[in-house]
Parts: sequence; C-alpha cells; structure tokens
Amino acid sequence: MNSVIKGAGYVLVHTPDMVLHAGTTQTTEMIVNPESEYLKELPNHLRSYEDVVAYMPNQTYIGNMTPEELAANEQPWVGKNWEKAQRYGKFGEIMPQDEFLALMQVCDVFELVYLDKEFVGPVKEKLAADPVMDESILSKVAEGIDGAEIKRLVEEEHAEPLYHMNKLVGCVKRAHDVDVNLSAHVMFENIACKASSVLALLHAVKAAGINKEDVEYVIDCAEEACGDMNQRGGGNFAKAAAEVAGLVNASGSDLRGFCAAPAHAMIEAASLVKAGSYKCVVVTAGGCTAKLGMNGKDHVKKGLPAIEDVLGGFAIVVSANDGVNPEINLDMLGRHCVGTGSAPQNVIGSLVAAPLAKGGLKITDVDKFSPEMQNPDITKPAGAGDVPLANYKMIGALAVKNGELDKKELASFPEKHGLVGWAPTQGHIPSGAPYIGFAREDILAGKINRAMIIGKGSLFLGRMTNLFDGVSFTIQPNSGAQAEEGVSEEKVKGLIAKAMKDFAETLMASADAE
Amino acid sequence: MDLENQKRVKEFAEQYGAENIVVLLGAAEGEASGLAAETVTAGDPTYAGPLTGVSLGLTVYHICEPEIKAEVDEGVYEDQISMMEMVLDVDDIVNEMSGIRDQYCKYL
Repeated sequence: MNSVIKGAGYVLVHTPDMVLHAGTTQTTEMIVNPESEYLKELPNHLRSYEDVVAYMPNQTYIGNMTPEELAANEQPWVGKNWEKAQRYGKFGEIMPQDEFLALMQVCDVFELVYLDKEFVGPVKEKLAADPVMDESILSKVAEGIDGAEIKRLVEEEHAEPLYHMNKLVGCVKRAHDVDVNLSAHVMFENIACKASSVLALLHAVKAAGINKEDVEYVIDCAEEACGDMNQRGGGNFAKAAAEVAGLVNASGSDLRGFCAAPAHAMIEAASLVKAGSYKCVVVTAGGCTAKLGMNGKDHVKKGLPAIEDVLGGFAIVVSANDGVNPEINLDMLGRHCVGTGSAPQNVIGSLVAAPLAKGGLKITDVDKFSPEMQNPDITKPAGAGDVPLANYKMIGALAVKNGELDKKELASFPEKHGLVGWAPTQGHIPSGAPYIGFAREDILAGKINRAMIIGKGSLFLGRMTNLFDGVSFTIQPNSGAQAEEGVSEEKVKGLIAKAMKDFAETLMASADAE
Repeated sequence: MDLENQKRVKEFAEQYGAENIVVLLGAAEGEASGLAAETVTAGDPTYAGPLTGVSLGLTVYHICEPEIKAEVDEGVYEDQISMMEMVLDVDDIVNEMSGIRDQYCKYL
C-alpha cells in the first residue's frame, strides 16, 4: 500500500533584525566594506511585520491564498498589501520576531540563550495566545536576566547578540571555549533552525489532525549541521525538534542534500511507511538565518524592500494508507544519477520524463509540477529570473522534443502545468515542498489528478563534488483501498472461507472433468 | 559572476595568456549573460570579486550564439543544448553579448 500525505504545516518567521546581523551578505559586507552605502541604506528598506503578513506570497505560503489566486494578481506583488491577510492560515502562521526569540530560548536546552527580563514578560503573553503553544512549551520560557548582564556577555564572553527593533534584547552564549562548531554564532544559527522546525512540526500535527503521540519518526531536511569539532555534522536536529514539539514516541534523523533534501526526505519517509517500518513519519525543516537578505544589495539598489526578511519552515505528515488521502507513488521516482550528466535536458529528462515513462505516462499527464518555487519578486530584481517559470519552460521544451507536446502549445504549458512561485529564497524551503499542502487539497477536491514534486540541489557548494543532484516523485489520488492493518478479523475469516470454497469448487470441477 | 569563478578565470588568463582564452557562458537570459560577459572583459560590475577593476578583455560567447553553435558537433548540440535553445530568448542573449564584445573585447 502506498503511503499517504496526511497533512502539512508551513510557517514563516519575520526576522528583520536577523537580516541585518545574521544574513551572510550583510556580515560579509561588514568585514570587507564596513562603511558601505549598502549597510547604511539597508535598515531603511526593512518591512514592518504588518507588511510582511499582508504580502501575498507569504499568505499563499501559509495557505490563506491559493497559488491560483496569487497568480491572478499582477507581478510584482511587493508593495501591494492584501487586506484579508491574517497571521494564521490553514497550514501555519507568520510569527513575529519577538515571539520567535522566546521560542528560540525554549528550544535551547543548554542554557545558552538569554533574554532581557523586561523583554520576556509581554512577549510570553503574546506567545501564549498562539494556538499551537501549550503549557509544555510556555512553561519553558525563562524569566530572563538583566539587560546589563546581556551586554556584558556580548562584550566580554563572545556571545551572539539578539536584537529586536534595533535594541539588544538577548544573546546566545558560545557552547565551548575553542570549538568553532559550538561557537555562539553557530549555536545561534542552529537554534533558529531548530525553533522554526519546532513551529512547523506543531502546525503540521494540528493540520493533519493527528495526536503528537502518533508520530514514530521525524526526518529533518534543512541545510544546517549540528555537532562539535569531532563530528561537525553529527546531528540530530530531527530528534531535538521532536523533543520540544512533544512528539514523545518519535525517533528521528537528519537527511542532507542541499535544496534536494526535502524531496529525498519525502521519498525516504514514504518508503519507511510503505515498508511498515513506521506508521507515521514527519519530514520537517527549519529556516536559515544566513540566507536572510541574500539578494539585499540588488533589492536596495532597485529601491525595493529587503524582501528576504523571513525564515521559512515546513513539516509534512506521511502516514500509512488511510483510504482517503493522496498517495505517494514510489513506482515512478525520478533520480539524477552520477552518470546522468549536467546538461539541462539530461537533468529534466532524468527527473521528469524518465520516471513518467516507467509508469507509461507522458509529461502532459501531470497536471501540476512543483520544482523550485522561489518567489519571482525576490529573484527577478537580482538577475536570477523567474525560477519556476524557467523550470516549466524546460519541462515543456522536453515534452516538445519528446513529441508529447506541439510546439505551438509550449507558450501555454507553464500556465497549464505550472504554478507561480511564492516561497522565500531559503534554499531547501522553496524546493518542491511548498506545493505539497495545496497538492493534497487539490487532489482531494478532484481539481487535479497528479502532481510531481521535484527537488534539485547544487552539490558543488560543499566542494565535495561538481555533480548536480535531484530526485522527484508523484502524488496521486488514493486508490480507495484500506490499509492492511484496517482489515478486520471478520473480513480475514470471510476471505479464508471464500478461498477454501473456491478451492473446493476447483477440486470438484477437476473431479467432474475426470 | 560567482567569486570563485572570477578567481579561476583570472588565474587561467594569467597562466595561458588572455589572448588564448575563450569564455563560454550558459546563463539563462540576456541580462545575466551580459553581466558575466562584462565581468570577464571590462571587470566585475558589482565590485565584489577578484575581477574588480581588472579589464581582461577576454573573448566571450554564449553557447547559444551562432558562432559557437557552428563549432559544435550537431549530435552533441542536439543532445546537450537543443532543449535549452528552445527555452531561451536567444535573440536577446545575442544582442547583449554582441554589445559587450564590441565594447570591451581586446582579442577579436
């Protein structure tokens, strides 16, 4: 029985001060050109929380607006606030920075994160109003310490400062005196990643309508690494986040593969469930502070707001077949192999055409493709073009090359089989995963019949190989059959009785024949 | 252009002589092609990489330009490039590339 997609959680965290102090474009500039015009100008380009909530791609990410509704609005979307926008959506929420800092403190179990006690009081109250925050989390919000002590820790103890509205409100202490992998900065990045993963897990459990106790395994597919100097990427973000989220029956592990990791993780989760190893697996990922404001120079130069001002997170619940939810088809997996080659047509061929051919299908048999779903508002001004559109053009062109699509129809292929991008440029976050929640709903509603999720990754960034990477899978309607474990004793007895009757009839028939 | 690639281009030019180098681009659109071409001819327009203020004037083409297409084995081009050729705005790329070459190339 194929595994099913039971539900999905999608969260964003507005982190304007982290754009300034943690984004690598900015931290690099502070080192090489500390007096630059860009650094002076950037703070004037930060958006307010209200603008970030009202931003249509963000509303799409958390499920308040469908991709079709977003597409109906003319691009660029920046600066056009949606009046119906809300903090919470059916998939998740857009959390403000102050509450997130409190959640980061909750996610720290080694007394590394300290917040100013004057900051904590009102923020704890705000966090308590979040429907996914229960007492197990709220009780871990510490009272906080004196602002003067935080200042001392930052100035004298190499602690990473935490700012809110340009004011020092906390810090992350280093976890070791000399180990660079446990430095204050690395701990900050990792705890932010963990906290956004926790938030996504909480929303996914809620959206899927399961109990926290049901989750047996968690796979983290983000792009950070946690460990010490003797095991730099030792892990395990998955189990660490599951602990805070209260998934008491879960174990877990981390899966890495740059932006391709979410698709790899979904295939792994679906396989584990189909094999019967676990009944319920959640694929999760938190966000990446380093990528905040990555294209800030281009945005500032073009007079735009610094649109890369949110951390992204998502979590997808994959469970045993319930006879209702859409299935992950493991018989048609796309895989970019070592020997595939890096030309775009080899890549698209291996990820799209080859797996479909295994199922006797054509490219046009897939209703919607979800490749890299980056928001074009972010990438176009930075000279990277419209990433999803470029992918759809390539998929369409391959269909033409393979004789499955008339060249005349190439121009309308992206609109018919594609989506506009709405995800922040957080690496793994936009990679295929943003559409899984909508795909589940569209298939359940009978709006589409088949969706393909494509994950691609640039492995050269790790300087271990120049190979490209990618995998893909398709989601399809539930075949209607119940899971094996759902078969009652009565039904089994009935099946055995029928088999014996059939056997007896064959025996009698063969006796008659003799 | 990626800082690491700028460094490699600069090193190759020093090692083999700028007149012996042809830079072949595969960028997905005109503007990006133009920026990369400008980087290896006039210097890094973003003032961020090793080619900042270094005018190598290298010969630079995009893989989809007719001069290069004519140099490549037809079967290989069909296998490796034809799909992208269908997708890209080749005219725009040629336009951008020719503009940069006319202005900054030293070895044509």
